[in-house]
Parts: sequence; structure tokens; C-alpha cells
Amino acid sequence: MGRKLDPTKKEKRGPGRKARKQKGAETELARFLPTAGDENSKRLSSRARKRAAKRRLGSAEAPETSRCPSANPLTRKLPKGVSAGAVRTPGKKGAQSLFNAAQGKKRPAPAHGSDEEEEECEEDGVVNQGELWGSEDSDADMKDDYGADSNSEDDDDRESEELLPIERAARKQKAQEAVAGALWSEEETDEEEEEEEMSPEPGPEKGDETDGGLQINVEVEEPFVLSPAGEMEQDAQAPDLQRIHKRIQDIVGVLRDFGTQREEGRSRAEYLHRLQRDLATYYSYGDFLLGKLMDLFPLSELVEFLEANEVPRPITLRTNTLKTRRRDLAQALINRGVNLDPLGKWSKTGLVVYDSSVPIGATPEYLAGHYMLQGASSMLPVMALAPQEHERILDMCCAPGGKTSYIAQLMKNTGVILANDANAERLKSVVGNLHRLGVTNTIVSHYDGRQFPKVVGGFDRVLLDAPCSGTGVISKDPAVKTNKDEKDILRCAHLQKELLLSAIDSVNATSKTGGYLVYCTCSIMVEENEWVVDYALKKRNVRLVPTGLDFGQEGFTRFRERRFHPTLRSTRRFYPHTHNMDGFFIAKFKKFSNSVPQSQTGNSATCTPASLGQVTPQPESSSQPAKKAKVAVKTKQQLQKRQHPEKASFEKQNGNGISKEARSDLSTVSSVTKAQVSSMLQDSLPPKKAKVIREPKVTGKLKRQSPKLQSSKKVAFQKQNAAVKGMVTETPAVLSFSKTQATQKPENCVQPFGKTQGAEKVKQQLPEQLSKKTAFQKQNGTPKGPKTLTMSPLGSSWSPPAKRRKSQSRGSSQPLLS
Amino acid sequence: MRPLTEEETRVMFEKIAKYIGENLQLLVDRPDGTYCFRLHNDRVYYVSEKILKLAANISGDKLVSLGTCFGKFTKTHKFRLHITALDYLAPYAKYKVWIKPGAEQSFLYGNHVLKSGLGRITENTSQYQGVVVYSMADIPLLYSAIIIYCIGSEAKDIQLPVAGSPDHSMDTQQRS
Repeated sequence: MGRKLDPTKKEKRGPGRKARKQKGAETELARFLPTAGDENSKRLSSRARKRAAKRRLGSAEAPETSRCPSANPLTRKLPKGVSAGAVRTPGKKGAQSLFNAAQGKKRPAPAHGSDEEEEECEEDGVVNQGELWGSEDSDADMKDDYGADSNSEDDDDRESEELLPIERAARKQKAQEAVAGALWSEEETDEEEEEEEMSPEPGPEKGDETDGGLQINVEVEEPFVLSPAGEMEQDAQAPDLQRIHKRIQDIVGVLRDFGTQREEGRSRAEYLHRLQRDLATYYSYGDFLLGKLMDLFPLSELVEFLEANEVPRPITLRTNTLKTRRRDLAQALINRGVNLDPLGKWSKTGLVVYDSSVPIGATPEYLAGHYMLQGASSMLPVMALAPQEHERILDMCCAPGGKTSYIAQLMKNTGVILANDANAERLKSVVGNLHRLGVTNTIVSHYDGRQFPKVVGGFDRVLLDAPCSGTGVISKDPAVKTNKDEKDILRCAHLQKELLLSAIDSVNATSKTGGYLVYCTCSIMVEENEWVVDYALKKRNVRLVPTGLDFGQEGFTRFRERRFHPTLRSTRRFYPHTHNMDGFFIAKFKKFSNSVPQSQTGNSATCTPASLGQVTPQPESSSQPAKKAKVAVKTKQQLQKRQHPEKASFEKQNGNGISKEARSDLSTVSSVTKAQVSSMLQDSLPPKKAKVIREPKVTGKLKRQSPKLQSSKKVAFQKQNAAVKGMVTETPAVLSFSKTQATQKPENCVQPFGKTQGAEKVKQQLPEQLSKKTAFQKQNGTPKGPKTLTMSPLGSSWSPPAKRRKSQSRGSSQPLLS
Repeated sequence: MRPLTEEETRVMFEKIAKYIGENLQLLVDRPDGTYCFRLHNDRVYYVSEKILKLAANISGDKLVSLGTCFGKFTKTHKFRLHITALDYLAPYAKYKVWIKPGAEQSFLYGNHVLKSGLGRITENTSQYQGVVVYSMADIPLLYSAIIIYCIGSEAKDIQLPVAGSPDHSMDTQQRS
């Protein structure tokens, strides 16, 4: 109905039928509708005329308010089409009655009034206006409750002649309903034991509406009263869904404006608690999941989200550009009887199917592999991944193969894709889909994703569509509502973290074109999304980059008590109720270094004590069998552990805590080989290391190096100095004793270790001891190394001194080593 | 995963040659790299060498599929060509048959095609010749396997085996 009717232009009345052309509804109707002025005035009876006059006076206000909100473009067109007032009003009236008869809708009647009212008011000349308005009033009464209720009685009898029978019937029904509504509300209050006063609300609400369509459903109703806690249980027996639904809406309304609408004495928590239970009942959710959702969404969105989960998302498909084009495919499918549309600006290959007369998964085009049925949100991670040609791509959880095939089509069958999944049955669908779609560059494997960098690594890009709790796809699987709880979510999160770390390790950061990883889940829980991403950021050398998707909600940087890295803003969340696609989360990482950052806590602690122990065994290892070398690492750690318990005993002997440590070192380090010691020493002191390497010549070296070692170790073992001093006294004794010990095995070696730590004390006496040592060492060869070491005050590097001391203590019959 | 033995290669090539004749060499030496056949779990896969390199890292029991599956060897070591090979055979097919749109749907659901359903056909196609069936839009027919086409003097009846089993023996049915 776009053509404007020009009433001045007359129809041709020629000899033939064809001379008269149809000009559209306006023209046609104009023939039936009463023309301006004359007909109307003729039609009106005397009583009607009087009423019209009355109405004109009285209804100037009422129709305005009542008509405005209910403006209907459809009927508005009609008045517009019918040009000037004279034609308009009668036309409207007639049209209106026709409309009313035909559609029985509220809107047409009042609608045209809204625009035209002002104009009509000015047209006093037309008697009909009042009538029209009156009829509008009555019609409005019948349908809406807009328009003056008060006028209804007047209009009823006035307009009864004008109204068609169906309109009269409709009006009657409306009146009945109004009565019934009031009754129902009364009944409710009687029935319900709870004191909820929702019941009066329907009545007053209608009252609101009658005051003019502008104020619909507004405050007038009595405030919602939350039932006492004790009475909430009664719902469980026979939940009346309608009532619960109403209550949900009321509580949401109250909470939205809590300050003014709250009931005295009731806390917000009570309202929320009630709301949660009602939502759980109405939408059949488990309490845990609903609680999580309440944390995630504001209340208005929450209800929308829950509603959206009841309804399935539209079916979408993705064109397989390896075999066809979207245009051609759309054409072919339309020919088969499918009603479809392009998906949106953001996708060049997507189509959304509204309805179809043929099964969409069984068309010849489907069998030929021209398209794939895929959710719209599943196309997004591949778009974010942006695979380039001739790359190596890993898809860690690929079943049923939609994303893998999309990757392949973007790469145009070049490069290599490794499609992996842990579930063997679902892999069959992957194989089937890939073959159907004509993908040739893919290898399909059946590994657990966590094994990945070990099996094969060094990929340019990795896509990880992690297994999740499925809270974003509730519309596909309603069982998720009830069977997910805390430990399911945490278990999923744990698995996702492991998979993500493996995926990061499989990416090659130095790849020329890549180094990217996309992590996505079909879940909306923060534990599975932002938390996992944050964990990965801490654990590996990756950073988040923009996904390239310009729509979607940003991920959270903070949620309840957790705080995430600020770059999490570049991740994207999608919801069913805002984007009309499955709930989804996408994060894109760039790996900037292939090295794996080690945790710093344990290593530094082990360093120095270990080196302590290491140095001491160093000379001893020369005398000892080499197989003990491997124990060196252990001994390092053991040294630390044993230091404390052993300290006491040593202290007794030497009054020296350090010496005890030395003892423990000795005992544990005894089996340390050269190599290990040297490696240990690397941490501590270079000179010591040199010493370690040259074990046979340790004695000489030790002598020479002892001063150096002392100096270098001074800083490290200043604490031990005091303790060492105590030991220094023993060194001479040790020296002598070491001779005898030279032939002895590990035990001896162990002893001096303890002493080495006390070696710092020995510093002072070193020169003397050194001279002694040299003499001694020359005699004894390698075992003397430790002795000299013990002489040096430099802690761990001075294993010989420790050794010596130990022997000393032995000689002194002191229980040095445990 | 292993390369095919001589015997297996011979059997397979014989089968393929029924449809594409001596164009077999084209399958192996392609302009975009060398392709080869590998056997894994009794199935023959057609892969390019690049993919082969990566696939070598995957242990045999975890490998499910690579490249394109051409067909499989049965227990009695006969080679059965699969529908997945259609895309590779179609360009090199020696004898082609086009069928009309009306007959296409019935053909897809497994029925025979009568002579009246034929659109075009390559000349000199002899009886029991292996052909590739196309739709009028030149699409190698969707999951319609390569059939053995039979031509009789009068009525022709193309017998279409179920998809993926191109080895049905054909009998011509003479129709008036």
C-alpha cells in the first residue's frame, strides 16, 4: 500500500473493462466508504447526531491521550492516504469499522485517531468526527483498556447502532474479563495462605492502563509483599507456574528500585533468595547453577538469559568454499525449498536457515560436501585464529570436525592440519566430515591432548576448543541445568588448564607467520574461562592479543573476589540472549618465547646449601667410587634437610651450628661426583668449580684456592663464620687425622663435609692449615683435597676441610655424622 | 602405516584403471607435489609427502586417518574403492555419463537409471564399462558411486550400486 491515492484524479470510464485500472486499496475502498460529509450526515440519526455533538465537546481530551500510544501505522496510512479532512473522517470511520470487523484488533480503531486528532479537532465542520472518536472510544474500550473506561458506558449505548455485531460481542467479552479479573484477584487472596498481595495487582494494573496508555503497569498497584520465610515451603507441593512467574516479575521489579519499593524489615537477601528459588522452579534449574548465573548477570539480563535458554538457536550453516560459493549454494538450497539468509556482516560463508521443507542435513548439496551444519558461535574461533596457507596447525579437540574443516577451507587445502580428539567414537564423525567436505591436508589422530608437545610439537597455530561444562549451550542440552555442580566445574577447569599448557607448549613461538593459540569454550563460567586464561598467562610466556572479532562482550578483568590480568579485556564472551548464538568464550594468545619459565621458589634455596655440600664431597668423590655421583643432586637437597637436625649435634661438638650443617653435608654429599659438584658449584663460586674439576689436584688447588674461596664465600657464609671458628680449632687435629682417613671411604669423606661449613672459622687458621694440608695432601693424594677444603672457611666448596674436621671429630670421638 | 606392497599396488591400480585408464600416473605426479599411497589398517590413503612427514610422528595405533581414503582391502585382499575417491577420479575419468535432473534424485537414493534419464554419455562406451556419473551441472554425483554402465542395443539401463560399492555386476535389462 504505497501508492498515494489522488482523489482528484478520476477513474477512466471507458467502453472496455480494461479502461478501468485498479488503483489500490484506497481507491477501491473509497468506493465503498462513505464520502465526506454527505453520506455521514445522512447516516446519522437524530439521536446519533446529538451524541456526536456531545462527543465532540467531551471527547477532545480523552481520545488524545488514549489514542497516542496505540498509534498504528497501518491505520494511520489509511487516513493519510485519504487526503483532506472531509474525505478522511468518513473514510476513517468506515475504514475503521471495516478494519474492526475484519481484524477485530484494538489498534486500528484508536490508531488513526492519534495523528489525525489535532487536525480533526480543527475540522469542526465535520459532524462525524465526534462520532468517529466516539466509535474509536468504544472500540478502544473493547479492545484495549486504553481510552476512557469511564466513557465505556456512554459509548456503549450510543454506539451500539454503529458497531457491527462482532464489535459488540468483543466489548461484552472485555467487560466480562474485567469482572473476572477482579474476581480472580479476590479469590487469590482468599486461597493463598501466604500473604502475598500480588493478587490485587492485576486489578489495579488494569486500572492503570485505563488512565491512558502512557502509564501502563505502573506503580499504582499495591507493593509486593514478600511472604514470610516459613511459608515459602508451601510452594514445593504444588508449584503454580503462573503464580511463580508473576512473583518473579514482581521481585525483579522490586529489586530494581529497592529503596522505594522494599518492604520494611525485609532484607535484599531475602528477596534474592526467594527469587533464586522461584527461578529454579520455574526454569527447572539446579540451585548451584542458578546461583552462579545470578552472580554473573544483572537481574534483568538474568531473566532474558534464562528465557533464551528455553528456545533453540537458529540453525546455521557454513558454505564449504573448497567446493562452492555462498551465492551458488544459497540459490541451490532455495530451489530446494529452504528459507535462508546470509548470517551477518561478520561472516562471508555463513547462512542462517529459517525453515525448510526438506531435511537440511540430507540434501544432495550436503552430501556433496557443499556446506556444513555449524553453530554461528563455532565459526568465531577459527576466524580469530586466522590460519594462513602452508602453515602447520593443530586442532586439539576437533570432534565433530566443523572447526577443522573451516580451518582447512581457509588454508585452501595447503599446509598440514593435525586434528586430534580423545574420544574414539566422535573421531569417526570427524573422518566422515572431512572426507565429505573434501579436505585433503589433514591427519586425524587419537591422543589425549595433554600428551601433545611430546608426540609432535612446533606448530604454527593451535586451536583448543576445550571440553567444558556446557553452560553456554543449555538450549541444546537442558540436562546441564541440573547435573552440573561445583566439582564438575572445577574438574573441567583443571583439565582445561592442563590442556592449555600443553597447547601453549606445542606452539612454536619463533614461527614466521604464526605463534598464535586460540582457546575457546562453549561455557560462560568464569572458572572455566577467565581463570584458566589468567593461569596460563602466569605460567607461560604468552600474552593475550585482540581476537579480531569486533562484536561480543569483553571478558571480565575482575569477578567477585578474583582479579585477572588487565589484558583479559581483549577476550570475548558471547551470550545466547544478546547475540542469538550459543554461549561462547574466545581468547587469543601469542607466544613470545619458547622457553618455559621455571618456578623460582625452590631453586635458590637449594643452591647455596647444595653447593656447600657439593664442594665438600668434591674432593672426596675423587677418592670415592664414581657411582655415587648421581646421588649428589639428592644429597644437595638432603643437605638442606639434614642441616637442621644435624646442627645440634655438631654444635655440641663444635659449638657450631654451621659445623652441623657441614656434617649433614658431608653425610649426604659423600657420593657426590666431580661432575655434580662442579655443576653445583657453578651456582655458588666459579673458583670452587675449578677446584671441583680438578679433583686429583685438588689438594694443591685447594690450597691455592682456599684464599679465593674464602673471600668469595665470605659473603655467603658470613653467618657461618662464627660457627666455623669453633671448628678451626679442630682443623689441625683434622689434618693429622685426615692422614689416617685418607684411606678411609665415604664415611670419612662425609665427616669433613660437616666441617667444611664450619670452614669459615677455619679461615683464620687457613694459612697455617694450608701449609699443613699441603704437606699432608701430598702424602695422601686426593683425599686430602677435602681436608684443605675444610680448612678454608668458605663453606661448601671446602669439602676437604670439612672432611678433615670430621676425621678430627672422629678422632676426638665425637659423633659427628649421623 | 606403511607403503603398499607390490601385490597390493597392482590390485589397486587395476581397479582404478577401470575408471581412469592410463591416467593413473597423473594421480601420483601432481604439479603441487608428489603424492603417494599408504596403507594403514587395511585402508589405502592418498597423501602428499608433506603430510606424510608429519604423520610419521604419530604412532600407528593412534593414527586414525590421513589425507584421503581411497578405499580398503578386504579380508581376501580385494580392493574396494570408496566414494571418497570420487573427487580424484572424476577429473580423469575416461567415460562419463550425465543424467537428467529428474533422474538425479532417484539415482541418489539408489535406484537404477533408465536410458530416458540419461542426458549425455561419452561415445564408445562399451558394456560394463566403469564410468563416472555426473549431474547436468557437471558435479560428480553426490555419493553416487562409480557404476558399471551397461549399454544394450535398445534400452539401456544403468545399474547403480549403493554408494561406495562400485563392483556390482551388471545385467542389462532389455526393455521394450
